[in-house]
Amino acid sequence: MANLKTSEKKTKAQSMGLHSEVLTGKTQQKFFNPDEAENFFYWGAYDVDFNKRTDLDVKDMDCKEANRNIDELMSQGYGTIVIKNPQGKHSLGVGILNKLNLIFEGSLGYFGVGSIDGPMVRVNGRVGWSCAENMMAGKVVIEKNAGSCFGAAIRGGDLICKGMVGARTGIDQKGGTIIVGGDAGAFTGFMMQRGRIIILGDVGINLGDSMYDGTIYVGGKIGSFGSDAVESPMTKSDIDWLKRKLKVAELGENFDVSKMTKVVSGKKLWNYDALEPTEKKGAI
Amino acid sequence: MCGIAGLIHRGKSSNVGSELQHMLQALKHRGPDSTGYALYAENDGQNFIMRFKVGENVGEGSTSVNEDASVYDKRKKLVDNMLTELGANVLKEDRLTPYSFRYEMQFNNDLMEFSKKIESIESVEILSIGKSLELIKDLGDAETVSERYGLGNVKGTHAIGHARMATESGVDIKSAHPFWGYPFSDVSVVHNGQLTNYWNNRRLLENKGMRFMSECDSELIAVYLAEKMRNGATLEEGMKDSLAGLDGVFTYFVATKDSLGMAKDTMAAKPLVLYESDDLVAMGSEEIAIRSILPQEIDTYDPFDGEVKVWQI
Repeated sequence: MANLKTSEKKTKAQSMGLHSEVLTGKTQQKFFNPDEAENFFYWGAYDVDFNKRTDLDVKDMDCKEANRNIDELMSQGYGTIVIKNPQGKHSLGVGILNKLNLIFEGSLGYFGVGSIDGPMVRVNGRVGWSCAENMMAGKVVIEKNAGSCFGAAIRGGDLICKGMVGARTGIDQKGGTIIVGGDAGAFTGFMMQRGRIIILGDVGINLGDSMYDGTIYVGGKIGSFGSDAVESPMTKSDIDWLKRKLKVAELGENFDVSKMTKVVSGKKLWNYDALEPTEKKGAI
Repeated sequence: MCGIAGLIHRGKSSNVGSELQHMLQALKHRGPDSTGYALYAENDGQNFIMRFKVGENVGEGSTSVNEDASVYDKRKKLVDNMLTELGANVLKEDRLTPYSFRYEMQFNNDLMEFSKKIESIESVEILSIGKSLELIKDLGDAETVSERYGLGNVKGTHAIGHARMATESGVDIKSAHPFWGYPFSDVSVVHNGQLTNYWNNRRLLENKGMRFMSECDSELIAVYLAEKMRNGATLEEGMKDSLAGLDGVFTYFVATKDSLGMAKDTMAAKPLVLYESDDLVAMGSEEIAIRSILPQEIDTYDPFDGEVKVWQI
């Protein structure tokens, strides 16, 4: 068991505004121990070989049938799967819990590649609402536009959209990074709790509304700041990290990241007080 | 949750009846209760088409009742007498179901007064009046309604439609979409969402002489826009005004004789996917609606919050 108390010294993540609290023992941390590997078995995860490649045409399949077929192929060790004719179908490629190269030759509907943990996904088209919702780890690249609730509640991994995204991008985000090459709609980063969002274009109204923590970087114009979202100065750590991240995302070549606006939580919401709501009322 | 779909061919006609049927059928899971079509058909443009019903087709939760066909016959006679009294010259009439009719007629006077007189007959509702608008709505999915009313071969330039999941009112025709923009010819509206200031707006508009036929909140959009246009606003001005005037969450489409528009509320809470090219605009609550008529790879996007767009044919 790891030491539950961290040092008082600010970590690099804290200096970038990712989080500010110091763990005091309320949070349990458990690190991976090879001797306990059997306890970390992931039911439904497979050992796959990236060099073993196949195509799957889902034109005449519904989403359940298509997902069952993907699962079957992974169980046979296929590590690179190309999905043909997705044609905007909902809930394709969900619940994949192992490493995998998954390529969609077309667009996805709602809830595409949700609840994944590990795969590398490329969508050569657009995605509908709630793409990669609850993603734990991996990398998802969308070549065209994305709908609303892009990366809702993701916990980790990189989620990249090279086009525009709709409203509420990164709503309830709890970790990971969302990168958008174009514009984003209203309520971007709504109630986000951790993680980072990078928008190279403009964003709509109520940016970072009610965000608890985390950081949002915006390259273009901001419609308006949401409740408790405030601007924060860019640090060298921010600039270095942004350069590296954009390079990996194949986005923003020649983009001057030092001119981006950094937005963090002002932490003025009542639930940051030590006071209970009833006590707060009395104090007012 | 409801599903909406619309398309406009710019510079040519197409088989919009069949196209919209496919789009709405793809959205059936969003609204299985009733389906409605507003087709802007290739008519000669000389005469008015009036679609009306003299009774209801009743489903779950409706306050209306199904009646005997003889009752419908009596009401039809009353409508015919009223048309003669108002000076309308009926050129052709079709009875599509026991309770719904399509009349082709000549009429040159005020449509609002005309509509009020016709609708003063018990249980009679004008679904639409227009020189190209054909508004059809009934219970069932898109295929069922299309077959019942023979819409598969209707050619035209543009169309909007709606697959309804009844939440705010019962399952019947009067609460189904699209809604006619009474008293304007060739104006129709479909909506996905909920309006929270329905009663306040309804009271205000009723005091100004506008009429509501149902208790469905979506009807407010049609009446709201009609009232704005009655006072001289263009369609686009009325739609932009509605973003502040209507409270709640909504994405809606409006169609007129020669245009098609969309508006999305400022919270962008309701979905819309849009495909736009030089000769075709197609949009729907989900991409699968567009894919049902354009299976090839296309570029689509979600309009942003508070966005209003209008296209001409």
